[in-house]
Amino acid sequence: MADVTDATTARRAPTPDDAARLADSDQSGPMLAADGRPLKQSLQRALRREKLRALMLIAPLLLFVLVTFIAPIADMLFRSVENQIVGNTLPRTVEALADWNDDAEELPPEPVFRALFFDLFLAAEAKAHTRLGSRLNYETTGISSLFRSSGRRMDDVAEPFQDVLEQADPQFGDGAFWYRLMTGEGDADTSLLNDQRERLAALTREGMGGDIGFAPSAEIAALLPRAAREYSAFALFTARIDNDVVAEEDPWESVYVALALDLQDGGAERVQSYAGPGADALQAAAANADQLPVVDFREAFIEVDDGWGDRTNWETMKTYSPPFTSGYFLNSVDLQLTADGVEAREENQRIYVMLFQRTMFMSLVITFSCILLGYPVAWLLANLPMRTANLLMILVLLPFWTSLLVRTSAWKVLLQQQGVINDTLVWLGIVSDGGRLALINNQLGTIIAMTHILLPFMILPLYSVMKTIPPTYLRAAKSLGATNWTAFWRVYFPNSVPGIGAGSILVFILSIGYYITPELVGGTTGVFISNRIAYHISSSLNWGLAAALGTILLAAVLALYWVYDRMVGIDNVKLGG
Amino acid sequence: MSALPPYATPGQRVWFYSFRVICGLIFFFLIAPIMVIIPLSFNAQDFFTFTPEMLALKPEGYSLKHYKDFFTNSDWQAALWNSLRIAPMATLLSVSFGTLAAIGLSQTHVPFRRTIMAILISPMIVPLIISAAGMYFFYSRIGLQGTYLGVVLAHAALGIPFVIITVTATLVGFDRSLTRASASLGADPVRTFFKVQMPLILPGVISGGLFAFITSFDEVVVVLFVGSAGQKTLPWQMFTGLREQISPTILAVATILVTVSILLLATVEILRRRSERLRGMSPG
Repeated sequence: MADVTDATTARRAPTPDDAARLADSDQSGPMLAADGRPLKQSLQRALRREKLRALMLIAPLLLFVLVTFIAPIADMLFRSVENQIVGNTLPRTVEALADWNDDAEELPPEPVFRALFFDLFLAAEAKAHTRLGSRLNYETTGISSLFRSSGRRMDDVAEPFQDVLEQADPQFGDGAFWYRLMTGEGDADTSLLNDQRERLAALTREGMGGDIGFAPSAEIAALLPRAAREYSAFALFTARIDNDVVAEEDPWESVYVALALDLQDGGAERVQSYAGPGADALQAAAANADQLPVVDFREAFIEVDDGWGDRTNWETMKTYSPPFTSGYFLNSVDLQLTADGVEAREENQRIYVMLFQRTMFMSLVITFSCILLGYPVAWLLANLPMRTANLLMILVLLPFWTSLLVRTSAWKVLLQQQGVINDTLVWLGIVSDGGRLALINNQLGTIIAMTHILLPFMILPLYSVMKTIPPTYLRAAKSLGATNWTAFWRVYFPNSVPGIGAGSILVFILSIGYYITPELVGGTTGVFISNRIAYHISSSLNWGLAAALGTILLAAVLALYWVYDRMVGIDNVKLGG
Repeated sequence: MSALPPYATPGQRVWFYSFRVICGLIFFFLIAPIMVIIPLSFNAQDFFTFTPEMLALKPEGYSLKHYKDFFTNSDWQAALWNSLRIAPMATLLSVSFGTLAAIGLSQTHVPFRRTIMAILISPMIVPLIISAAGMYFFYSRIGLQGTYLGVVLAHAALGIPFVIITVTATLVGFDRSLTRASASLGADPVRTFFKVQMPLILPGVISGGLFAFITSFDEVVVVLFVGSAGQKTLPWQMFTGLREQISPTILAVATILVTVSILLLATVEILRRRSERLRGMSPG
């Protein structure tokens, strides 16, 4: 889009910008426009208006592309480093783990296991623990089943506490009593409730705002901090997720555990002076505090699943606890983030570097085959009379316009063991019936089919460059005594190099991102990195890894496009000849 | 190269003819796979190769049963309808937004023109699998994944670069004094756009629209991820057909699509010539 030229004089039309400059250079006082304003000002206003109008025309589309396309790409980039799931699912555990020195040869201390109990209990209620399990399973196998089995058995850990409390005062078995007890009297502790709102919103990805008909009293929150916290979480979950009335539901077992821990932790003395609702029951429970089981949560967890006694699992949890991680990118290049830093993956798990190399190698082979096949054809098209060339051009443009799947299915049919090519070869006697060639579901199949599919992208730029090489150059070279070969190699070929460059980059860029054709004709040895990305999105559900692989591929493509833009200019992309 | 000069040496003659044979083979490589599936789609058997009856040109070797299957099988019909429901909507979106923006971009003073252009062209540059991955992640976040609207928006985004490229290319040759003349004769911008500018750039708009249509109609990677079973399009059905149980109906569909592409190719070619002729006719 060069500046608009005046059709009659073939000169660039004067624009408000030019005029503004003209007015600027004028020294003899301000020139006035018809409406009495200084001309310069008036012209600048016109220029501003023109710019604004252009932007207004572009704005709807720009907005559309930003929302439908750029935002998804940004989301993918974000996902390749995002790792909030650990912190969202097990916030207290992560906090407690921060103090754990993972160099020491021991398991995390008791507070970590206590925090884990409450986190895991809530996660299991929200059914979020399996999701976290699968996430961590990408890093250390076995964690998925560890979380799944433990989530189910958190109730067992809580049971002894509940029994003792209900024996001390049967009111503890009543949901309405709990509601009265926790609501208490006096001011409500809204900050505690809001903390739990945030926590549950992060965990369940659901809105947690609005009135839920419950707020813990500040007095109770000070007296029994753990119980108030867990009951608030229970109340929010009941009101927002289950859509039930808080007062009518019996609290979770974790609330009993929280109360028991509070009582054991000095709460038994504190409740003696409490006089709010439910004080009698609390004091009865405090009187029986010595009967409450003293549970070692670490042992309880190891009893539930001995995976909790394995330091490797804890190291993985600690390593992947920050909200952002380089883990997916390291994984994409066959490395692994461990507690001891970055390590190479085990031999049998290294596939991505190999896949990237294969993608590069096969794309190079495809590009080279396209040059080999495209060059003579482009030369012929550029040197034939216009009419014949246009007719032959149809043979290039028809495949270009034909559906990708049509061409891929054609190759799938042709290349089969019982397909047309093998049948013809057998009929010609070139191969025996038993020795039919394996042309499909391997690298050869991908290379043949993709060369065919991408060949027009090589021929079209080559052709447009060769069209501009005057035939007189070759004649001049020959008249000066050059042989045909010298004339071609020293004169024609260097002139056609820009076409080769443009076509090669285009074909290479298109081929490294190909998915459909390798998927259909590539078998297992002929697939590209894009097939692995698709696999991680739809089958293994390791979206972070898919995003990281995609980001690397995107970076490669953008770098190549930058080169292409420098060489040819993206504006000069021509479609359909 | 058009003809062999009479003084050519035997060596040159051999090279001249062998070069043409090589080129002929390459053309054969380009076109044969597409042409071969046409007779194969009339196969009376469920084979993917020529049966002896077909080679003997016996009528019993040929049949229309695969076409019949395409037009009666509910899976294929549903896929066809989905394609026909999605592609025109996507085309409409990309053409209307794209044409406006192309006109804006061809103004003399556009701030950040290069950046804007790069953003608008990006859906064509980014490999489809990456667009598909990003859209899958983002559209599932905002609840568009697996919906008709989601697929239409995604396809519209993919079609936009083609509209931008073809329409701006047409606008390069557009004589801006025509709009000024129209304004000086008292037409408001809207009237000028529809009466003067639009008829002249129409060929570019239509071929941009055809590119956008083909992009959506042929697209399979993005719809695989952004769509759900309810948006199964024709290429998607072909893709599953090729991957799972390959049935000869695919060849019948392929033949129909080849016919469609020949028609489209002819249309674009006619439009291109018309546009060149119109530009040649413009004053100056």
